[in-house]
Amino acid sequence: MKRAAFDNRWLPILLLLPQLSIICLFFYWPAWQALRSSFFLQDPFGFGETFVGWANYTRLWTSSEYLKNAGFTAIFSLSVTGLSLAIALLLAVKADTVLRGAKTYRTLLMWVYAVAPPMAGFIALILFNQRWGPMTDFFAMFGWDLQVRLDYFDTGFVMVVASVWKQIPVNFIFFLSGLQSIPRAVREAALIDNASGFSRFWTVTFPLLAPTGFFLLIINITYSLFDTFGLIDTILRNNPGDNPVTLVYQVYLDGFRGQDIGGSSAQSVVLMVLVLALTIMQFRLVERRIHYT
Amino acid sequence: MANVTLNQIRKVYGNGFEAVKPCSFRIEDGEFLVLVGPSGCGKSTLLRMIAGLEDITEGELSIGDRLVNTVDPANRDIAMVFQNYALYPHMTVRKNIGYGLKNRKTPPAEIARKVDEAAAMLNLGAYLDRKPSQLSGGQRQRVAMGRAIVRDPALFLFDEPLSNLDAKLRNQMRIEIKALQRRLGVTSIYVTHDQVEAMTMADRIVVLNGGVIEQIGTPSEIYHSPNSTFVASFMGAPPMNLVKAQLDEGTVRLDCGTAVMAAPAGRSGPVTLGIRPEDVRIGSGAARFDIALIEELGAHRLLHGQVAGQPFTVHVAKETQVSHGPQPIELPPAAMALFDTATGARL
Ligand SMILES: Nc1ncnc2c1ncn2[C@@H]1O[C@H](COP(=O)(O)OP(=O)(O)OP(=O)(O)O)[C@@H](O)[C@H]1O
Ligand SMILES: [Mg+2]
Repeated sequence: MKRAAFDNRWLPILLLLPQLSIICLFFYWPAWQALRSSFFLQDPFGFGETFVGWANYTRLWTSSEYLKNAGFTAIFSLSVTGLSLAIALLLAVKADTVLRGAKTYRTLLMWVYAVAPPMAGFIALILFNQRWGPMTDFFAMFGWDLQVRLDYFDTGFVMVVASVWKQIPVNFIFFLSGLQSIPRAVREAALIDNASGFSRFWTVTFPLLAPTGFFLLIINITYSLFDTFGLIDTILRNNPGDNPVTLVYQVYLDGFRGQDIGGSSAQSVVLMVLVLALTIMQFRLVERRIHYT
Repeated sequence: MANVTLNQIRKVYGNGFEAVKPCSFRIEDGEFLVLVGPSGCGKSTLLRMIAGLEDITEGELSIGDRLVNTVDPANRDIAMVFQNYALYPHMTVRKNIGYGLKNRKTPPAEIARKVDEAAAMLNLGAYLDRKPSQLSGGQRQRVAMGRAIVRDPALFLFDEPLSNLDAKLRNQMRIEIKALQRRLGVTSIYVTHDQVEAMTMADRIVVLNGGVIEQIGTPSEIYHSPNSTFVASFMGAPPMNLVKAQLDEGTVRLDCGTAVMAAPAGRSGPVTLGIRPEDVRIGSGAARFDIALIEELGAHRLLHGQVAGQPFTVHVAKETQVSHGPQPIELPPAAMALFDTATGARL
């Protein structure tokens, strides 16, 4: 890269200013506010606040509701990440054998990605509608009477299905291009060295996909934790009742509905720490370079 | 070890392009056969059909006594060395070389022994625990060779294995590969577009052009008695001189009128006369060679110029005194070949 030198010391700062102010306004300032609020107890009517130390945090570890939702979030994230990666990989491997070079199909397959999360939730609601949803009918054939928003497990199940469905295309595209970037001669060498397609996949193709896989793993965990908010909100129709919610959704519920600014801030700080950990992990992986070039 | 038989093998790609027209030949046990031809003539296609990486559209392919048209590449008892090495980037050199054996359920102790043996043969001992990305091009090519030889296959296939190396390394590896093949006695098919590689390595050469076999023969046959103007101009550096001439009343005359050789009667009209640059004798003779450029190559000189208005090259020893301008030359009739100007076929 070429290094450009600026004569004027203030010009670079001026050029960076719009970006910096956006970051400050929409990230640092709210983050600071959340961090600060998490140590105070706010008056619900906006008349002042009291410093309470770690109380908002300790409240979380003792709240059975919070722990239950944390448990659900863990299971939800693992299922969404695991299933969407696994299904996408399977589809990509199958597509790769027929699609070599055909780029138009790839674009077509990408379309589901363009569906907005609330829209995905809405589509899921239609598919799983109690009375006339085709998916409800499908599961009824196996004797499973699906009750979205009435049954805790069923609701969680539909959330997972909808989130997985929405995430598969992204993973698919990444896996497919990962597969197609494996040199043809390497695959052919494997074809001569190994008669079993199954073993070829696990000993050659899969390790060569590992860089893509690690990258997608982080992306998918982040997605399942945060980007599923709109989808969950649509499925719950803004009315959680006794249904499962993820931690991000609970931040919203406690803060905006329950007016518990302190508790909700403490929760978002916990989530921030989680994101920070994920980011560090990603950087470490990039640094260690799981690339083989 | 095995012989290989191609019987009317043909390849038509999905887009309808016929890359290899029906062709038949047989490779003897232990023979080193080189497929040579210009880019796009179908060499790789032919080799890949033999490897099983490309379907055979028509015809029969046998390795040993076994018809292998529908046999998987892994079960054809072949090993292949690719142009860009095709090493497994995530495996160490040791694992790369042993991979084919491991998948064939070879006991680990035997794999270790064979890998060490191959590594010693190829001077790779010090690099066994490195990844391919930590090796030079020449070392990578050796690993690819190692991967082929540990398998102890019936047939080696090489697809331009040296074309990514620099000239010096290429010469060295060329000799190593040939020596290794001699020693192991494994039947080999080697694809190249480099006619020097073809000449120096082959027991027999197959010259391909546009999916058709132009000629099959030993390097000396291909060099000294080419079947067509294509082979004459493709093999040899510099290639054979091809000069337009007239044949009438049993005499071949250059365009300037000089009679150069007697030819079988009963034929007349335009012909193409071929002669290798080193077969021309300079200093005396009936024909005139107009020297325009003298190329000094140390051990010898190449003289470029014209004979009867057509480009011509003569190869002379370094002691021969030459100067620019017209010189008498002699074209020994025994060294000359006559080709049909229209079809390019030898008369
Ligand atoms: N998959 C394919 N589909 C259609 N045509 C193909 C395909 N692969 C190769 N060809 C064509 O077949 C012809 C022979 O290709 P091939 O790769 O065998 O050439 P080659 O002799 O190995 O050339 P090079 O020396 O450049 O490697 C070429 O004209 C090429 O364009
Ligand atoms: Mg080729």
